[in-house]
Amino acid sequence: MSMLEVSDLNVYYGSIHALKGISFNVEQGEIVTLIGANGAGKSTTLNTISGLLKPSSGKIRFEGESLVGVPAHKTVGKGIALCPEGRRVFLQMSVEENLDMGAYTRPDDEAAETKELVFKSFPRLLERRRQSAGTLSGGEQQMLAMGRALMSKPRLLMLDEPSMGLAPILVEEIFSIIEQLHDEGTTILLVEQNAQMALQIANRAYVLETGNISMEGPAEELAHDPRVQKAYLGG
Amino acid sequence: MGFVSNLVNGISLGAVYAIIALGYTMVYGIAKMLNFAHGDIIMVGGYLCFCSISYLGLNPFVSVLVSIVGCTVLGIVIERLAYKPLREAPSLDVLITAIGVSYLLQNTALLIWGSNPKSFPNLFKSLGNIRLFDGQLVISSTAIVTIATNIVIMLALTWFTSKTRMGKAMRACSEDKGAAQLMGINVNSTISLTFAIGSGLAAVAGVLLCSAYPTLMPTTGSMPGIKAFVAAVLGGIGSIPGAMVGGILLGVAEIFAKAYIGTQFSDAIVFALLIVVLLIKPTGILGKPISEKV
Repeated sequence: MSMLEVSDLNVYYGSIHALKGISFNVEQGEIVTLIGANGAGKSTTLNTISGLLKPSSGKIRFEGESLVGVPAHKTVGKGIALCPEGRRVFLQMSVEENLDMGAYTRPDDEAAETKELVFKSFPRLLERRRQSAGTLSGGEQQMLAMGRALMSKPRLLMLDEPSMGLAPILVEEIFSIIEQLHDEGTTILLVEQNAQMALQIANRAYVLETGNISMEGPAEELAHDPRVQKAYLGG
Repeated sequence: MGFVSNLVNGISLGAVYAIIALGYTMVYGIAKMLNFAHGDIIMVGGYLCFCSISYLGLNPFVSVLVSIVGCTVLGIVIERLAYKPLREAPSLDVLITAIGVSYLLQNTALLIWGSNPKSFPNLFKSLGNIRLFDGQLVISSTAIVTIATNIVIMLALTWFTSKTRMGKAMRACSEDKGAAQLMGINVNSTISLTFAIGSGLAAVAGVLLCSAYPTLMPTTGSMPGIKAFVAAVLGGIGSIPGAMVGGILLGVAEIFAKAYIGTQFSDAIVFALLIVVLLIKPTGILGKPISEKV
């Protein structure tokens, strides 16, 4: 049984058919990436899994349990966290309050333990714990968004465009943190426009094109596929 | 002494506006809607307290509690029945609904209690007024209770929103509902809680208002409601300290205008103040400029 199984998922925005019956799966311990152009449906996929969007049909099963119809505020308790596109940290709250919000569903003492670990992974957040999130740089906000997602101690961490708008050096740093989180045992579903970086760290990849999965396979294979190279790797 | 006495009266009236404005501003901050029925909750609060004292013979303290509990429940019910079905609707639809709820409350009150004004008892008479400077300056017990209540509410709300889990969840919802849901926060119940708190505060404001101005009618809440809305906008809608600053400022401006310029002019001056402040600072005194980060 896969950790996450998505089958035949259809999602509409009004009359726009955003996901046209996609199926994919994530095994425990993997890094799986969904790559594709703007508007291909990558974020829609993650938002649907997290419950922010309702699918019109299809199945989503996490650890054997159906997630369809589970409201967004309940999915985090099931062990899935989404670090959303554009970071969406609470700008007017302090860094520490943001992290506390990430552990909203957990008892305080357990959350305090996780917070230690998050501060260990992101020492810069510890330095700035009392600052409001709005004063952080883009890279720091991304770290905060990831740290906040980790505060729920997810078994599956979904990251939506973590490299968006960041300088190359920060992108490197964010990706090395993702690898480190993976080494520590978190399964990761990564959505990226930066296909090159994503394919470097992922085990498997799916290519989304206008709501359909057009290619799938081991990340290394896809990275060498001429079609992928042409369309997404600038080759 | 006239000046000081006017100032105290102004602060006391402003404190009532501020308490009402808190309800406006909290609901706006979280549900992003203007609850124009908020003023009428004040009126219901006044009537509930009046009936508990005059018809049921309860003591004033218990009557105030009855009024708070009644309005809190009313607020939750209104939200559930009238506003919740419109969560995804355009804001104009919600606004019109709120105005409808306002008329519904006023006319229901008219049916139940009639159009004759009721004379509201002074709840704080037994506390006695404070006389200073050989009786040149008299501060009424109502004014003292009002200002003290305002301070307690302000401190309690500040504590609630900065220290408690529910309070922080409220702030998270007001910033980004989607992200708040991803944290596991139930946005619907947070909105209900906000309405509950706002309506409970409206009941308190109703009792304080009627103690200071003892004529109680079905339309009693509408003008203070509008002024409190102005206060909330003046201070920066969505901001809790802003509601306080805006409320006090408005109350003082109104009383000074009444005392030194003329009673007929006072409302015009209050609204002119709003226009001037918005021209200089469109987001209100303590409002944060809205910037979209891409």
